[in-house]
Amino acid sequence: MLLEIGIALLKIIVVFALALLTVAYLTYIERKVIGHMQVRMGPMRVGPHGLLQPIADGLKLFMKEDIVPYEAYRFTFYFAPILTLVTALILFAVIPFDKHFAITRLNIGVMYILSIASVGVLGILLAGWASGSKYPILGGLRSAAQMLSYEIFLGFSIIGALMISGSLDLVKIVESQHVWNIVYQPVAFVIYIIAALGEINRVPFDLPEAETELVAGFHTEYSGMKFAYFFLAEYANMIIVCSMATILFLGGWRGPVLPGFVWFLIKLFALIYFFIWVRATFPRYRYDQFMKIGWKIMLPIVLANIVVTGVVMMMVQGG
Amino acid sequence: MDEIRGLVVTEEGLVEQDLMRDTLTKEMWVNMGPQHPSTHGVLRVVLALEGERIVDTEIYIGYLHRGFEKFAESKTYPQFLPITDRLDYISAHAMNYGYVLAVEKLMGIEVPLRAKYIRTLMAELTRISSHLLWLATHALDIGAMTVFLYCFREREMILDLFEMVCGARLTTSYFRIGGVANDLPDGFIEKCREFCNIFPQKAKDYDDLILKNRIWLARTINVANISGEEGLNLGLSGPSIRGSGVKWDIRVSEPYGVYDKVEWEMAVEDGCDVYARYLVRLKEMRESCKICQQCLDFLEKDDSGEFRAKVPKVIKPPEGEAYACVEAPKGELGFYIVSDGSTKPYRLKIRAPSFANLMSLPKMVEGALVADVIAAIGSIDVVLGEVDR
Repeated sequence: MLLEIGIALLKIIVVFALALLTVAYLTYIERKVIGHMQVRMGPMRVGPHGLLQPIADGLKLFMKEDIVPYEAYRFTFYFAPILTLVTALILFAVIPFDKHFAITRLNIGVMYILSIASVGVLGILLAGWASGSKYPILGGLRSAAQMLSYEIFLGFSIIGALMISGSLDLVKIVESQHVWNIVYQPVAFVIYIIAALGEINRVPFDLPEAETELVAGFHTEYSGMKFAYFFLAEYANMIIVCSMATILFLGGWRGPVLPGFVWFLIKLFALIYFFIWVRATFPRYRYDQFMKIGWKIMLPIVLANIVVTGVVMMMVQGG
Repeated sequence: MDEIRGLVVTEEGLVEQDLMRDTLTKEMWVNMGPQHPSTHGVLRVVLALEGERIVDTEIYIGYLHRGFEKFAESKTYPQFLPITDRLDYISAHAMNYGYVLAVEKLMGIEVPLRAKYIRTLMAELTRISSHLLWLATHALDIGAMTVFLYCFREREMILDLFEMVCGARLTTSYFRIGGVANDLPDGFIEKCREFCNIFPQKAKDYDDLILKNRIWLARTINVANISGEEGLNLGLSGPSIRGSGVKWDIRVSEPYGVYDKVEWEMAVEDGCDVYARYLVRLKEMRESCKICQQCLDFLEKDDSGEFRAKVPKVIKPPEGEAYACVEAPKGELGFYIVSDGSTKPYRLKIRAPSFANLMSLPKMVEGALVADVIAAIGSIDVVLGEVDR
């Protein structure tokens, strides 16, 4: 009993420490990768090749003055970033990095992730509303519409993969993929990636925090550690959606020769690299165009994809 | 809010009335600027929003007002020249050009051919650098981050060239009444030639990123429309009006410098939208590059060394008035000088293109979305140093 609790605690500590470290260094990786794409160096000053930059950033944010606007709703204003970060971090609990390495194995892992992720949206909504200022309100409104609708497509796009795997258990989903799901579900994979970009507010769908339009969107009024929470949550969410894509479409830890978690990380970082690449390449969509793409183009496609998957599965299994 | 009639249960039974009667919807006033990441300086635009749609726009200017026109009255003619650098501080050569042309017109000075070629070369390099900065910030406003840095890479080369000729990179003050400050330094022509040769290839990078990009097209086509007629009525000029199909370029209609001796094409587009103005400026950069090449051809062969006309030590124009205008990167830049025969202008009026262009912003964003305002401000390319003077 004690041993089990001990092991569980150890796992939690390892996963969270790694997750936080990865999240922090993801900011470094992003700056470096984008820097090199844009004919510049990225961080170079703190440590060799700027390797200590995330730590310096963290320290700086930690020591900043904690400003609360006069018009803000105090409690909600403090609560929103915590909610966003906590929901982003507890998602790591069910991600299987290897066959036997996950904090916990839920038989409804996919449901867990989708439901917790939608609570995370609340944090952004609350942040926009609680700031008591105009640009955050606009940002909050945008994110409300954007994230709520894009969660629908995100949910629909993974249904095809779930139908083939026949389970909501993340471990079983990976185990059932003798051939990666992306082969059977290419359309769903593309839609998933687009919806994921929308869900985690990244270019070309970074409307809630479009800095050139809304200053900084929902986190305009946030500074210091509260801002850092949003920042960490954003990158944690990026890791989560990429892990989900790896598990659902790219066969998770499966791969020859190398150990499982190495394969998992390779696939994960390939996707993350793609996300960063997209940021360096594309302009930003306008709010109304973005909603139009979602409801008028993506929704019919995902629905059709589900129908086609169902019909084909019936034919294969029936015959 | 429109009236929506429906049945409502009241004390007197079912009554038909306006359902929105007690609903209060207010437009929200948002202050965009003077501290906003994409108003390019200290422009302040106050927007009345209904949701994200714009109902009203008001522009407040004057945050950078330095009183240049009054200032000119207490400075001698040569002393005012460096001040003109600070008008449109990213295209200083063009600002100098407008001023010296007006003074030369007042005094009837004939400028040597070599000086004219050097001036034209500088003005066109300035145009490229100004348009590069515009493309960089415009693309950044719309979210394309990488274009920003690519443009700065090439702009840096132009600034290096400016540094070669006059030591300064931004506020150059290279022009003089009657010519330019000094002849081109050794090695300048080769370096400039190198730039002109590689620029078209480098410019392809920007096209690769955004010219046919679906998102870019969605954000710019049919956004911030203004017809040629409306534009003319509001005093729109330069690349902004040429994007609305109006063939009006000072370099063609009233040629100065050597624009009538070199071969180039005026860039005109009929789109009337942000995309058309983008295409116009893209083409202008390439045309400017061609003009530079031809100027270099002449300067290479020419060995007269006459870079300045013989002008009196003390600049003292006769009594009278003169207006001279040039096609600055932003549009028609005019200087109107009234002289009372002394060493200082009696009155100097600057027709700044950005100031006039800015006035068509409310027209462009009527009923548009917040994101379109950003695209519109970017597309008319204002520089606040020039708006506020």
